[in-house]
Amino acid sequence: MNPKTYHHISSNPSSVKSRFTRGFLRAFKKIKRQQRPYLYGRVKIAADKSLALAVGSRRAWSRALLWKIHYKAWRQRSRFNNKKKLLKENKKNKKNKKKKNDDEEVGFRHAKELRKLVPGGEAMDLCSLLDETAHYIKCLITQVQVMKSVDQIYSF
Amino acid sequence: MSSRRSRSRQSGTSRITDDQINDLVSKLQQLLPELRNSRSDKVSAAKVLQETCSYIRNLHREVDGLSERLSELLATTDTAQAAIIRNLLMQ
Repeated sequence: MNPKTYHHISSNPSSVKSRFTRGFLRAFKKIKRQQRPYLYGRVKIAADKSLALAVGSRRAWSRALLWKIHYKAWRQRSRFNNKKKLLKENKKNKKNKKKKNDDEEVGFRHAKELRKLVPGGEAMDLCSLLDETAHYIKCLITQVQVMKSVDQIYSF
Repeated sequence: MSSRRSRSRQSGTSRITDDQINDLVSKLQQLLPELRNSRSDKVSAAKVLQETCSYIRNLHREVDGLSERLSELLATTDTAQAAIIRNLLMQ
């Protein structure tokens, strides 16, 4: 994978859109075919996963989002409660250490809040956090647009 | 997970300049419907970040709502109808 860069060349939004649309519809069809319960959660996961896959591994937020989805699935399958607690504690320690670095220095109180909203944001420095946030917002807008049109077509 | 950690440690050593931050903040501002039309020197960075957070939260809520709607549709649409739509979409 690429090392971190601060270039602002975002991947072409229209191609992300078409890749997302194709991936999401494919996942949607699969959910429909299987007809298992917990449809709401599965549609949501399909939407997030398709978005992250459409963006690819160049972006930190999409890598983190994919990782989160896989981790959640793994956690549901296995019940290693002790391990879970350990991981949680590690995360907390890391967060506290990180916060003191740039955020307070630059005076961004709201960066803390933003870190929780952008996938993988807790492990980023401020610069990449802002860069990733901009890209993430663009992709979320695309996600909403596509899902809205799928909804419109289906409810005809 | 481990690869992500090591990467963040590496990048932590690079210095961030105010110009870079300002540039990124104004880029963010352009994406926010609330602040897009106001001049960048009139809006503080804190305000931009605050609006960004609430905008992302709104988008998340919208995605949640749409997922719910789509899953309801999945549960109700009959297969024949869905097949026609699928064919239309796949053209």
